[in-house]
Amino acid sequence: MKTRREFIKVSTIGAGGLAAAGGLLTALPIKDIFGQSETVENLKSNANKQLPTYCEICFWQCAAWVNTDEDGEIKSIIGNNDDPHCNGRLCPRGTAGVGMYKDEDRLKNPKLRTTVNGKQVFKDVSWDEAFDFIAEKMNKIKEEHGPECTALFTHGSGGKFLGHMLKAFGSSNIAAPSYAQCRGPREVGFIATYGAGIGSPEPTDIRDSRCLVLIGSHIGENMHNGQVQEMSDMIRNDATIITVDPRFSTAASKSKFWLPIKPATDLALLLAWIHEIIYNDYYDKAYIEKYAYGFEELKAHVKNFTPEWAYGITTIEPKVIRETAREMRNSAPSVIIHPGRHVTWYGDDTQRLRAVAILNALLGSWGRRGGFYNPEGLSLLKYPSPKYPKPKKDWRDAFPGKFKLADLALASGMCDASVPSLSRDCSIKAWIVNGTNLIETLPNQANTLKAIEALDLLVVIDTMPMEITGYADIILPECTYLERYDTVRTSAHRIPTLALRMPAHKPLYDSKPDWWIAKELGTRLGLEEYFGYENIEEMLDWQLKEVGSSLEEMQKIGVKKLDREYPDLYFLNGEDYEFNTNTGKIELYSTALEAEGFDPMPKYTAHPEPDPRFYRLNYGRAPMHTFSRTTNNPQLFDLMEENMVWVNPKVAKEWYLKNGQEVWLENQDGIVSDFSIKVRITERIRFDSVYMVHGFGHTRKQLSRAYGRGASDTQLITNVMLDPVMGGTGMRGNFVTFHTEEPERLNKNIKTDSTKVEGGKA
Amino acid sequence: MAIDTNLCVGCSDCVVACQVENNVPVGYARDWVVEVVEGTYPNLAIELRSERCNHCDNSPCVRACPTGASHYAEGGIVLVTPDECIGCAACIESCPYDARFTHPDGYADKCTFCIHRVQNGQDPACVAVCPTTCMTFGDMDDPNSEISKIVRSRKSKVLAAEAGTGPNIYYLTK
Repeated sequence: MKTRREFIKVSTIGAGGLAAAGGLLTALPIKDIFGQSETVENLKSNANKQLPTYCEICFWQCAAWVNTDEDGEIKSIIGNNDDPHCNGRLCPRGTAGVGMYKDEDRLKNPKLRTTVNGKQVFKDVSWDEAFDFIAEKMNKIKEEHGPECTALFTHGSGGKFLGHMLKAFGSSNIAAPSYAQCRGPREVGFIATYGAGIGSPEPTDIRDSRCLVLIGSHIGENMHNGQVQEMSDMIRNDATIITVDPRFSTAASKSKFWLPIKPATDLALLLAWIHEIIYNDYYDKAYIEKYAYGFEELKAHVKNFTPEWAYGITTIEPKVIRETAREMRNSAPSVIIHPGRHVTWYGDDTQRLRAVAILNALLGSWGRRGGFYNPEGLSLLKYPSPKYPKPKKDWRDAFPGKFKLADLALASGMCDASVPSLSRDCSIKAWIVNGTNLIETLPNQANTLKAIEALDLLVVIDTMPMEITGYADIILPECTYLERYDTVRTSAHRIPTLALRMPAHKPLYDSKPDWWIAKELGTRLGLEEYFGYENIEEMLDWQLKEVGSSLEEMQKIGVKKLDREYPDLYFLNGEDYEFNTNTGKIELYSTALEAEGFDPMPKYTAHPEPDPRFYRLNYGRAPMHTFSRTTNNPQLFDLMEENMVWVNPKVAKEWYLKNGQEVWLENQDGIVSDFSIKVRITERIRFDSVYMVHGFGHTRKQLSRAYGRGASDTQLITNVMLDPVMGGTGMRGNFVTFHTEEPERLNKNIKTDSTKVEGGKA
Repeated sequence: MAIDTNLCVGCSDCVVACQVENNVPVGYARDWVVEVVEGTYPNLAIELRSERCNHCDNSPCVRACPTGASHYAEGGIVLVTPDECIGCAACIESCPYDARFTHPDGYADKCTFCIHRVQNGQDPACVAVCPTTCMTFGDMDDPNSEISKIVRSRKSKVLAAEAGTGPNIYYLTK
């Protein structure tokens, strides 16, 4: 099918090929080439230096030192000892950050979609041309539909500048897929219980905990650095780890108890634990009496949720449920029922996370040593700029009366609000997409493509030619984190810290930092008064001086540790405390959920199960990769080139599968994976499910290493189980079956690249 | 060197840190991670091991080397002098740990325990980077060193003990 926005696979016309287009690659003054105010001369003095940064390869944002060699070239990246996120030790991805900078497949120049001889291609354009093109389109949308019909999807540090620009333009449609596709339900579940979300990094006091309960959370495979380090401390202290997972995860292998639960039944186990803890008087009476609301209602609610009841649902034996409940009691309050991170599974996720929050409350772990500490961060003053115009509408108008408890915007909601509909007067017409590969991030790809097809403008700002760039009208090459300043990291931890990122090298090619892109584009849109600083150093120095530091100081130390303003790391040891809930208490019975018409206390609902010859698709992380964004990094590709589909030996026998055999996966809706994937036969997975690492199966040939390696789980996630409370997109209700030969496809119109790279290691 | 298999999560940070520190060409590695799964679902165990040259006391590679390029350096660390190596690969064949490879420049290459760092009082790059701090490096000849104490107090094993090479990497187990 020929569409307006054809997925551009390979064709790029370089400066030489389109001379008639004119204005290509104009010579720029040094200052503009750098995109920052240092001169090239200054950069030479970067030889043999240690320059501070914080990592951008995942959201943990570990602070680090970038070492340069005698030529001023980036040599290595080492963790900053003063940083509580990493304690001087980066994870493999952070250590391999140089690979992101050196990746020869990086986006190099701004590119504009154009049609040559009836074929859509990208041509190289100058930044001026790019900005003029975007500004003209955005102003037209503003005139015809209002500025609110524009949206920003972003993941990463640079998004703050682009968000500022969009708010100044008049739109509040700004979302990160890390909310509705990831951690949103846990924030809403904890806010409903404690009046406070979890945030990042999670304030879990793992280091000092006696008992850590992981529910589907695979610490060690997710390299959330500080948590991995603290789990290691726990193992060294011989503390108890209880892991609930249908897969024998790395964490499960380190655990005293592994509960190989039947997938999709976690909530039944949680309710049985709550039952055990209440009916055996294991709970913290003084704590509950002083701080909690709704205990009697909860007690009555869980009366019948016995371990025997849960056994029939979860396949976990009652004696194991009882033993693990006792283990938690024995450690309380030094116990953590970990809230996890990626929790959008079955659509009742907010309720499941409510059960997690309730269990923590019963054990008295919130605000206690070895449970959840009280994190403290510092917020820097915003650089003075005029007030934002007040948007008259936003993405929420597409969902009247729904998702009121969502505390952040939904990326999937903004996507849906971009699909034209007769029932509303305006849909979103322009997307700016920064650092998030929406094709692989949002479930239900067909829906994402439908939304993209209807847009008037799609701007993609990225370092790499990810799938989403193939659908862009215009691509802007962002420089990597090693080549730019960003906002100062101010995340909350046991102590407040500041961390600086500064360039260790000038941006390669014609790439630019987001702060510069936002300022330049903002200026083209007539918003220059919102960007009162000449360059980012001026802004950062002003912000840092307001808190008693300076850019000069931060350039030397990288991380500044500050004293806590609120002395109590653990604050619920009998002190009076008013929670930010309707009752001022920890709400075991949620008045906020009740007011919106939802269950005030969590209930178990059975979820669909696979048909015969189908297996539940579970997916997760590998420690060497961050989703799809690192799969082309030469160093990380070397560690893990492709994902494999994990299959239990019994299942393999039934299908006559061999280790390493290539299969195609087909899901319940007839969607077949673009590429084949190798089978890994392993006892580590249950017989009723398969597992694959997320982020592989790239369809864009410009990713010369990652293209065609492994298969994409996202492509197979077409059944989305929507969380009615906050709009999270539950993704674990998908089932797959195997094809040992490449099958006919129903979904050929979605993607056409179905052959492996020639000469690849397939 | 002692490596605690209970702590290792198999993240392979040791591999990348080594590649970066020692300019190991992409596609080659001086250290690597092995995952051993035992049992049947749901009675399972995993052992994760970061492996590399064992810097054996009685190294077959040193004996196999016709030119003396493979040799014992200060403190018993086994090294290769690239200029003296003729690339015959006899050492590669002789190693029971498969710890050596031919560098694209033609010489036998392997772990050096980051001797250049150790001489400066630093830990090898793999030890220094590990997020789980599962590795300890030190002098086994000094009974008071941290590593001697750990190896004395913990249950441990060496790999391919039957080869009789006197390996110097101790895997701490439960």
